[in-house]
Amino acid sequence: MNKFSLIWSNLFRRKVRTFLTLFSVLVAFLLFALLRTVAGAFEVGIDFAGVDRLNVSPKYSIIDPLPITHMNEIDRLEGVASVTHQTWFGGTYQGLNNFFPKFPVNPRAYFAMYSEFEISDVQLEAFANTRTGAVVPESMARQYDWQVGDKIPIEGDIWLMADGGKLWEFDLVGTYSTGGEAGLSSAFLFNYDYFNEARVEQTQGLVSWFTVKVANPDDAAAVAAEIDALFENSMNPTRSATEAEFIRQFASQVGDIGLMMNGILSAVFFTILLLTANTMMQTFRERIPELAVLKTVGFTDAAVSLLIMSESILLCALGGALGIGLAILVSDAIGPQVEAFLGTFRLTTATIGSGMAIAVLLGVVVGLFPALSANRLQIVDALRK
Amino acid sequence: MLKQIFEITLMNLQNLPSRLGSSLVIVVGIAGVVCVLVAILAMAAGFTATLNRGGASDRAIILRGGTSTGELTSNIDTRRMMYVRTLEGIELFSGEVYMVADIPKRTTGSPSNLVIRGVEQDGFLLRPEVHIIEGRNFEPGRNELIAGRNARALFQGIDLGATVDLRRSEWTVVGIFEAEGSAYESELWVDMPTAQSAFRRLGAINSIRIKVSDPARIDSLADEFAENPQVDLSITSEEEFFRSQSAGLATVINTFGYGVAAIMAIGAVFAALNTMYAAVISRTVEIATLRALGFGATPVVISVMIEAIVLATLGGLLGAAIAYVGFNGYTVSTLNQAAFSQVAFDFAVTPELIRNGIAWALGLGFIGGLFPAIRAASLPITLALRGE
Repeated sequence: MNKFSLIWSNLFRRKVRTFLTLFSVLVAFLLFALLRTVAGAFEVGIDFAGVDRLNVSPKYSIIDPLPITHMNEIDRLEGVASVTHQTWFGGTYQGLNNFFPKFPVNPRAYFAMYSEFEISDVQLEAFANTRTGAVVPESMARQYDWQVGDKIPIEGDIWLMADGGKLWEFDLVGTYSTGGEAGLSSAFLFNYDYFNEARVEQTQGLVSWFTVKVANPDDAAAVAAEIDALFENSMNPTRSATEAEFIRQFASQVGDIGLMMNGILSAVFFTILLLTANTMMQTFRERIPELAVLKTVGFTDAAVSLLIMSESILLCALGGALGIGLAILVSDAIGPQVEAFLGTFRLTTATIGSGMAIAVLLGVVVGLFPALSANRLQIVDALRK
Repeated sequence: MLKQIFEITLMNLQNLPSRLGSSLVIVVGIAGVVCVLVAILAMAAGFTATLNRGGASDRAIILRGGTSTGELTSNIDTRRMMYVRTLEGIELFSGEVYMVADIPKRTTGSPSNLVIRGVEQDGFLLRPEVHIIEGRNFEPGRNELIAGRNARALFQGIDLGATVDLRRSEWTVVGIFEAEGSAYESELWVDMPTAQSAFRRLGAINSIRIKVSDPARIDSLADEFAENPQVDLSITSEEEFFRSQSAGLATVINTFGYGVAAIMAIGAVFAALNTMYAAVISRTVEIATLRALGFGATPVVISVMIEAIVLATLGGLLGAAIAYVGFNGYTVSTLNQAAFSQVAFDFAVTPELIRNGIAWALGLGFIGGLFPAIRAASLPITLALRGE
């Protein structure tokens, strides 16, 4: 019998207890992985947002409009590589519960700006050439079961049609991939030209914000200051920031709730760990006579300690791996629904890695005390118990 | 039978202290579940309560027809405002301007949406819950504002006597008001006509608040608006309006709370099962002796279950107490998506939530005790007496 199978059969000698312990470790790490992912959603965009992109939004409130004519002036600045615009459409799709952002954009300029988004050339051409065309992220198409060719009705609230109508209809001409990242730009996109011609005349030419690509990322701060200076005394002053900063500020509005949840739940994670550790130590205490037997038949002090340590690490690592694996399944299953609120809901490699590291560490900490006492164990004393 | 149950249970509970360490696992585990459940649900309850406090059944809010996002995207012109003024059965009327400005939060320094509400003088008569607690009210026609006490607590520069730059016009904070804990306390209030000219919104308002003589008048007004589509207005009682605003976020928080508590509960039940199995195993000889002396299986089962439930109840009470002491009245703020504005609210640990938490604890204790209890009762007496 080799060492590993000894550890393995030891572990499953008291099946009920081992399974219960395994499951509590599993639950702890399931919770850990899901919570890290929720917390990560509040930090989303920071990694994703290109450092070479700036967001230029209205100075006083993000809900104010900006005239599209600003765009030409920004484009003329030195240090600006390209610029495009987006507009917050609001509106609802079949009731208030289906929330997703909807932006009228310039198709070619938008996908040139967000070059990490993938769309086939054919569909991009179709998007640019279809007046009422729209494209959506693949995940959104799956969630609402849309096929290319579908007509999608959106009820407008901020923007009304010139005849006072509220119902906007779009033809789905393609889907795009956001490369696993969601963030603010994972949106229902449609043609600005159509939107602009169809809306109420007084509101034509208004957009919500500009996205600027700077020629040299090192100049980002200087270009932002230059843009704001340009419009400081106009009717529509601006506030420019890197895209990462803009998204961070937006997400921080949800602020306290995210922080609170994280606070409460980290405490919970450690409570569960504490309980599990306690149970496991108890198990080892009850097995002291058994360890004495092992020593009697010739196992050295070090071998017995090692055996206990390996058992503990194996149990925790197994529980951790199962818990994190389950979390991946859960995030795949409920991801699309949750993403409507959180932007993204996917386990990162950092979460998986740190989870496994904590699991192994837990195994070491829990096994340390029993392993040390096993090492010092006197055969005679232990057998007498 | 009852006597047997009583005696065994008493014996179990008396020697609980000798099993203190492992029994604490149940108490702490279940306290954790209950604390988290109650704290998270208290967040949703507090948010809902804050929004609902703004509503009265004889008051209504009138918006542009089909507006889904509340006052912000609603736009009512002078013609429609005049039309509403002439309607019968309306006691008080306040046309209001509603806009948001990005002002840095005191805590994070990052700009967040602060509501600026322009009200007519009747807006105060309409809302008797609004009281000035410091300074004085604004004077119509002057660039003066009063700030809700939460707006002052949340945002940089909103101090009594300070001058605030709002969308290129300067305003002096002349008073601080409270509004019985409603969401108004997170707003800045100014004179409506002054706001219209300062913010270049001549003639346009966002919403109309009315007080009616009889709540039934709200429904009949709704019918009148529905019959005349060209009016393009919608009316909702304040109670209904605020309920629908809080529903979305409250549902999200509640679902999250129950979800997390359910996952934790599974962990806590495993811990409880582990502990109770260990307790039963360590008392094998003792239980077998009792059985040999003539105690029945049922009293043994019940005594083990009572022990688990007592420990769980202790855990439940502890968890609820921690949630109450730690979180009740704790003020946080978040983005109210429905109004696109920051709203501050207090956690509300209500008696209902505490009952809910204790019920969870009892349920977990029951499950955690049941299986070990059955195990204890089904031990073959002769084997158990030998300690096998």
